[in-house]
Amino acid sequence: MSEHYPALLVILPLLASFFISAAGWFRPVLCFPFTVAGLAGSLLVSLGLLGDVMSGGPVSYRFAGWDPPWGIYYRVDHLNALVLAVVSVVGFINLLAARSSVEKEFPEKAGPFYTLYVLFMTGLLGMVVTGDAFNLYVLLEIAAITGYALIALGKGRAPLSSLHYIFMGTIGASFYLLGVGYLYIVTGSLNMEDIARLLPPLYESKVVTAAFVILMVGVWLKMGFFPLHAWLPNAYTHAPSPVSSLVAPLMTKVMVYVMIRMVVTVFTLDFAFTFLGLNDAVVWLAVVAIVMGSLLALSEKDVKRMLTYIVVAEVGYMVGGFWLGNSAGFTGAVLHILNDALMTLCLFLAVGNIVHVKGNSRMESLPGLFRTMPWTMAALVVGALSIIGVPPTCGFFSKWYLLLGALEAGHYGFLAALLFSSLVSVVLFFRIFEVGYFEPLGGSHGSAHGDDEHVVREAPLGMLVPLWITALGLILVGLYTGEIVGRVIRHAVPAMML
Amino acid sequence: MEDILRLIIEKYNYWIYITLMMIGLYAIIAKNNLVKKIVGMNILQTAVILFFVSIGVKRGATVPIIEHAHDGAHHAIRAAEYINPLPHVLMLTAIVVSVATLGVALVIAIKTYQRFLTLEEDEILKQIREP
Repeated sequence: MSEHYPALLVILPLLASFFISAAGWFRPVLCFPFTVAGLAGSLLVSLGLLGDVMSGGPVSYRFAGWDPPWGIYYRVDHLNALVLAVVSVVGFINLLAARSSVEKEFPEKAGPFYTLYVLFMTGLLGMVVTGDAFNLYVLLEIAAITGYALIALGKGRAPLSSLHYIFMGTIGASFYLLGVGYLYIVTGSLNMEDIARLLPPLYESKVVTAAFVILMVGVWLKMGFFPLHAWLPNAYTHAPSPVSSLVAPLMTKVMVYVMIRMVVTVFTLDFAFTFLGLNDAVVWLAVVAIVMGSLLALSEKDVKRMLTYIVVAEVGYMVGGFWLGNSAGFTGAVLHILNDALMTLCLFLAVGNIVHVKGNSRMESLPGLFRTMPWTMAALVVGALSIIGVPPTCGFFSKWYLLLGALEAGHYGFLAALLFSSLVSVVLFFRIFEVGYFEPLGGSHGSAHGDDEHVVREAPLGMLVPLWITALGLILVGLYTGEIVGRVIRHAVPAMML
Repeated sequence: MEDILRLIIEKYNYWIYITLMMIGLYAIIAKNNLVKKIVGMNILQTAVILFFVSIGVKRGATVPIIEHAHDGAHHAIRAAEYINPLPHVLMLTAIVVSVATLGVALVIAIKTYQRFLTLEEDEILKQIREP
């Protein structure tokens, strides 16, 4: 059984999608249990895989017994075992929270929603687990197409934002495919490890350089790396809340993983760092991403939209940390994939609760919220402290590793950008706390209900429990950072960086 | 001059795909009508598909079907006589992906139209700014 884990990981949610869409037609009440069953299956499998990898080293899987360069080949090492666990945990927690908002916002579309949900998870898990460059493209498109449809479920201008995302996402995916095609021209292979084995004598070839640049631009477009981020804020803001708390934490992080996988496993660090020498330039791009993301977040009056710009800045953290090219930077970047997925999930779930009760997440609906929604706001505070980087929340530790990496590489620009962005986050979140805690409900719209501001009107328990699991997770991951780095991430650091 | 001409003529398949790709990108970026943008997106995807198909082709080669393989499979196979089927097979999947993307994009364009009663982007943005 356990030797089939890498395949089961993708097949379980895929099979569940058939049952869910059938149930959507005949017995809509069954949709949610089927979704829970499918994703719980892949959650257990991914945790089992993480255990296997921690105890016995990398696991590989050949589909139908075909040997690597010919057949599709899945490979799980310490790096993607961790990312798989993050993806399945975040997807599962968010699913539990999604139920109440689905019942309130679009009950008649529950079947399609859950079907798209599991297909999105199938795509993400597959992208992380695969060891084949073309297979990755197909799974990338599965995740992307379901993502477009999920975002278009939103109200107002959501379809237009989704269309813009489709255009940019398709350009990104086409560029990725083109890069893979260039690699195929020179190596004749699509298996990642096989390409890496064949590439070294070809480093001088301009085709390989072109492949690298095109592929990176494609991946950066998909992750919303600063100058290519234009689609991200609108798409994530106008999506329904259970969708933004699914897509925002996961899609960007998985694309960061794809970038790391492509550079480390396919092109190898020798090529990207020593031969092309691009690291300094990319870290400067990341500096711009962090600074601009933070500044744009400052100018927003809607909490959800502000969070999307924080996502843009956080992508800069991870890209910059990786391209610093040393062990501390790499550890920081990978740890930040884990932490940022949880932090973003926590904040988007909290905002989802606010939207559920108040109808929107604009600054003017915040006054008095600490009294009427104490549990949601307390969890929002934990998430915010983690984004700012206050110990013992996990955000502190990944930022600490990133700072160490910047010092070791002597890259003071990146160091300054990290500190600047932390300060901006302080301003951003304390503005929310101030409005939510001190500002009384406005006399004009609060007076109709008398002493409305003292009545607790919380989100339903089904949304609060997942939110609090995430918030406690932020602190637990922070406390166990040493364990995670020592037992998982340290083994993922490429030998060249040590 | 002669070098450039030779470069264009010898590698004409790449020039065609680059031209198509730029047409697609131009339409996505510069056109105002959403359906025209979607058409541009599809041209972009088709350009990549043509690129893949063209790299599998060899002059004077035929389809890679080996006759009587099971009973007389011991004769040597000259790879130069057969085109490379792998990029073509990959493109079957990519075509499916591009059809799916096109379908989703058109459906979302219909939803956009139902909501704003126009497909011109500037008019939609005007409606959003002044409700």
